[in-house]
Amino acid sequence: MDFNSFVNLFWPSTVNGLVLGSIYALIALGYTLVYGVLRLINFANSEVFMFSAFGSFFAIDMLGIPDRLANGDDPYKTGFTLVGVLALCLVMSIIIGGASAVVLERVAYRPLRKRNAPRLVFLISAIGASFAMSEAVGEWGTKQRQDYALARVFKKRRLFSIFNADVRNDYVLVVIGSLIMMVILVLFVNRSKVGRGIRAVAQDMETARLMGVNVDRIILITFLVGGVMAGGAAFFFEIYNGSARYSLGFELGVKAFTAAVLGGIGNIKGALLGGLMLGVIENWGTSLFESNQKMGSVTAFVVLVLVLMLRPTGLLGESMGRSKA
Amino acid sequence: MQKTTVRRLGALLATAAILVAACGDDKKADPATTTAAGGSGEGATCSGVKIGFIGALSGDNGALGTNMINGAQIAIDEFNAANPNCQVAFDTSFDSQGDPAQATPLADKIVNDAAIIGLIGPGFSGESKATMPKFEAAGLPMITPGATNAKLSTNGWKMFHRILANDDKQAPGVVTLIKDTVKGTKVGVIDDASDYGKGLADSVRSGLGALDVADAQIDPKAADFSAAITKMKDAGVDTIFYGGYYAEAAKLVKQIRDAGLTATFVSGDGSLDQAFVDNAGSAADGAYLTATGAPADVNADFQAAFNAKFKKDPALYSPEAYDCAKVLLAGIAAGKVTRADLAAFVSAYDQPGITKQIKFDETGEPVGNAVYYSVVEGGKIIAKGLIG
Amino acid sequence: MSERPPITGNDLPPGPPPTAAAKLAFGERIAAASDSRRRFFAKWKQVPKPARWVIGILGLAFCYALPSLDLPVIPTTGTDFSSMLAGSVVIYVIVALGLNVVVGMAGLLDLGYVGFYAVGAYTVAVLSSQHGNLPWLICLPIAMFVSMLSGVLLGAPTLRLRGDYLAIVTLGFGEIIRLLAQRFDWLGATPGISNIPPPPNIGPIHFGVLDSKSFYWLGLTMVVIVYFFLSRLERSRVGRAWTAIREDEDAAELMGVPTFKFKLWAFAIGAGVGGMAGSLYATKTAFILPQNFELKLSILFLAAVVLGGPGNMPGVVIGAVVVAYLPERFRFLDTSRYFWFGVALVVMMIFRPQGLLPRRQHGRQIEPPSEDPPPFEDVREGDPDLEGGAHGAATA
Repeated sequence: MDFNSFVNLFWPSTVNGLVLGSIYALIALGYTLVYGVLRLINFANSEVFMFSAFGSFFAIDMLGIPDRLANGDDPYKTGFTLVGVLALCLVMSIIIGGASAVVLERVAYRPLRKRNAPRLVFLISAIGASFAMSEAVGEWGTKQRQDYALARVFKKRRLFSIFNADVRNDYVLVVIGSLIMMVILVLFVNRSKVGRGIRAVAQDMETARLMGVNVDRIILITFLVGGVMAGGAAFFFEIYNGSARYSLGFELGVKAFTAAVLGGIGNIKGALLGGLMLGVIENWGTSLFESNQKMGSVTAFVVLVLVLMLRPTGLLGESMGRSKA
Repeated sequence: MQKTTVRRLGALLATAAILVAACGDDKKADPATTTAAGGSGEGATCSGVKIGFIGALSGDNGALGTNMINGAQIAIDEFNAANPNCQVAFDTSFDSQGDPAQATPLADKIVNDAAIIGLIGPGFSGESKATMPKFEAAGLPMITPGATNAKLSTNGWKMFHRILANDDKQAPGVVTLIKDTVKGTKVGVIDDASDYGKGLADSVRSGLGALDVADAQIDPKAADFSAAITKMKDAGVDTIFYGGYYAEAAKLVKQIRDAGLTATFVSGDGSLDQAFVDNAGSAADGAYLTATGAPADVNADFQAAFNAKFKKDPALYSPEAYDCAKVLLAGIAAGKVTRADLAAFVSAYDQPGITKQIKFDETGEPVGNAVYYSVVEGGKIIAKGLIG
Repeated sequence: MSERPPITGNDLPPGPPPTAAAKLAFGERIAAASDSRRRFFAKWKQVPKPARWVIGILGLAFCYALPSLDLPVIPTTGTDFSSMLAGSVVIYVIVALGLNVVVGMAGLLDLGYVGFYAVGAYTVAVLSSQHGNLPWLICLPIAMFVSMLSGVLLGAPTLRLRGDYLAIVTLGFGEIIRLLAQRFDWLGATPGISNIPPPPNIGPIHFGVLDSKSFYWLGLTMVVIVYFFLSRLERSRVGRAWTAIREDEDAAELMGVPTFKFKLWAFAIGAGVGGMAGSLYATKTAFILPQNFELKLSILFLAAVVLGGPGNMPGVVIGAVVVAYLPERFRFLDTSRYFWFGVALVVMMIFRPQGLLPRRQHGRQIEPPSEDPPPFEDVREGDPDLEGGAHGAATA
């Protein structure tokens, strides 16, 4: 226990935790949406995230931006060029995320639904899909199991400080961007016609079907939306971190899943709260235990267990469809 | 170990280079071919002899094992080209994923395959610990290109050999480098909790003594190391030593620079890889990297042959694995085609390799380990020679 | 627990039960699918008991002789067959039998089973090498006891949680065990613990570093003991209570089954068997380190149970053999074998969602005595544990 360092590092830990936490939250949404509708853990959501992380790499490749300029500098872009590059990265990530989530649903889930498989079977099928997706990248990707590093188009700068914590331009972009995506999602689920369908199916699939809702279509859209969120998360992760590899999904997926459960799986606001909390708690735990990052993970899990003991369905509880009922 | 200039020479030169590399063996005092010259006409004669490799080819550390087999493959190809009557098979089917649990049955398979008379690997210290008792019991000589945990050579294993100096030997060099060359006054030490990284970092920590003002441990499975970096920033360090492998080193140094921290970055041989520089971009400039062998870019032939065959630069452990293979092949060329003969040959071996003069002491440790260092300048790793 | 959602079964989704029509159609389909199996079992029952024993013993003898017989096709070509059987297959089988108690019989989703396996392995390592030199035979029961204790300590506060919440808590437990082992030097930290002694020699059977067959025979004997013990347990009052809990926890509670107590028992017994497997692993490899106990292993264990047919012990054994054996058998696929393993999991789940060898009709045992035959008895069979695809049924 190192309280001194915990106090010294309190603000930097908190700020960093919020940034990483908002990425967790976006991935957690993929778990939560599918759980809300189908009551199953979409274990392969993490690989959808990993796939879409490569969207930014494709975008940079398409634009022909080199890893480093001839004079050894990083290929920084500014102004509208930068906005354009980032927009293309985001679009590519979202396309890959959405597309792979939809394919996943068709290949690994729909046949099981048609066969009335028990829920545990969905979990194993998802795990199989997750293995296959990450191993495919590790086996047949251009750099196989090595790290991929994104060309540094975005010059990171300190904008201002909160106490002793630096706030950088990429932090602001990530947090605000994630919040915008989440607000759009909440509006979509609560206000749009399709969103009403999602809530109806989440609440009572059979009745929804009798009321004329195309359940298969709604499920597909739910996966699509989850994939788009994972795509957004992947884009922001690349802005913030700039690396990717075949095992990235598994590494962040477990955290994001934990975040979803912490907030209350099936609950959209819970994913946000859980993600932010998990990011912050992890960093606090790390600074509290001799800056040992693994102890940060232990702390996060211990907090999760404590929370579940007090609130067995997570901080905000399961809701989605039901809260409106 | 790497030389980006070569890459730019293009395919023509690379094709020419493989010829040079293949023929070059005869001209140089290569033990394999010179010893064989006394034999029957075209090189050595032997049949049904295999060299095995055990290590991670897939899984989280698959990249490092692949580097190893690629390096060794070059040596095998050269040998087989030079000795048509002695075709040595290279059995790389023992992919342990770096996992001791998977390595154990593979070790049994290796031990039971009488054709395998020499072994390159295991790649890592953990799997070495798990499998060495089997190789020892079977009297199978092995040379590891990557397992550098200091304790491995203290078990009295006669079959154990390694090409790289252990982590405890590298640490004093790192400490001298930080004190005298980098002139660090407040040093932060970060490790990756691996057997290798933590072992090296702990030795460096104790060598630095009071100079070490901040410690942190990252989780290599996480991509974000901001917690360790804020700690370094808070301590106001001017030098950061990282014990770990190049993949995390690249991410770490990038995040350090992004955080506005200008401390000099120092790391060990686990980070001495062009991928570190390529992945970190300009953030790697000015980084110091240490190693117990002379950096491999002194050997252009190997570099060129590697480029031609694998269309990429040799990476961490490739030259070491090449040297491992060379030692075993020299034994085969000298007619040592039983495990016992080859084991005796390896223990008595004393010849120049591409990384350094290769000779093992009675515990299997390489003899004569000066620590060298390199500096990253403009996207290239520039060898600077001995530390001190 | 007042805010418990209106759940009707252990993990039943809070949605309404499927309509009777959907249920019936579903039941019919499953009935057709398992018809041939049923005929096989009917015939099997007609075989006289002594003959059944002989067949069973011959089968077992075949298993013992397996590494010595030089069979075509079956042995792994890329890795040592008997070592693979000893170090991987029998261990997976023991683990799967233990996990089956938790997942298959009691219907509790455990994603951190590797934690108990690690506790068992570490107990042996600490007592026999790191901080003592107790012989393995003494360490084994201690390891099982410590694992059971850890099962109780984890289960007592968390077994109130249902379904996926329990899954994530157990997942966290598995991770915590590994991370703590990595952190504390007392537990060997990152370099792990080596020189774990082998079991004592039994007559001509030696347990040297190269004697994989002995370890296989030891492991197989442990499998037989565990199998025997668990199959007795399954048919006892405890087993029936687990079935009741799995099928409908609330109903079981109302019928007077002390559900919490039996869930805790399931956890403890499952943990004990996991610890036993861990002890075997520790002595087989003679060296353990935290990296051996990663989350991926829990997932493979669970895959073994679900693939085989949760709740059915022969099925689970087959599932474990498949999961441990396939990636090794297909080593010639080289580094892509885990890709194909993933694909195979998806395909097998699609074509055999009930598992390779699904559970037979236990459901009947807990049926309340009734004048009428149970209306949809088949539903239970195709609808194993962790509750059934109620939504799925609706979609069909």
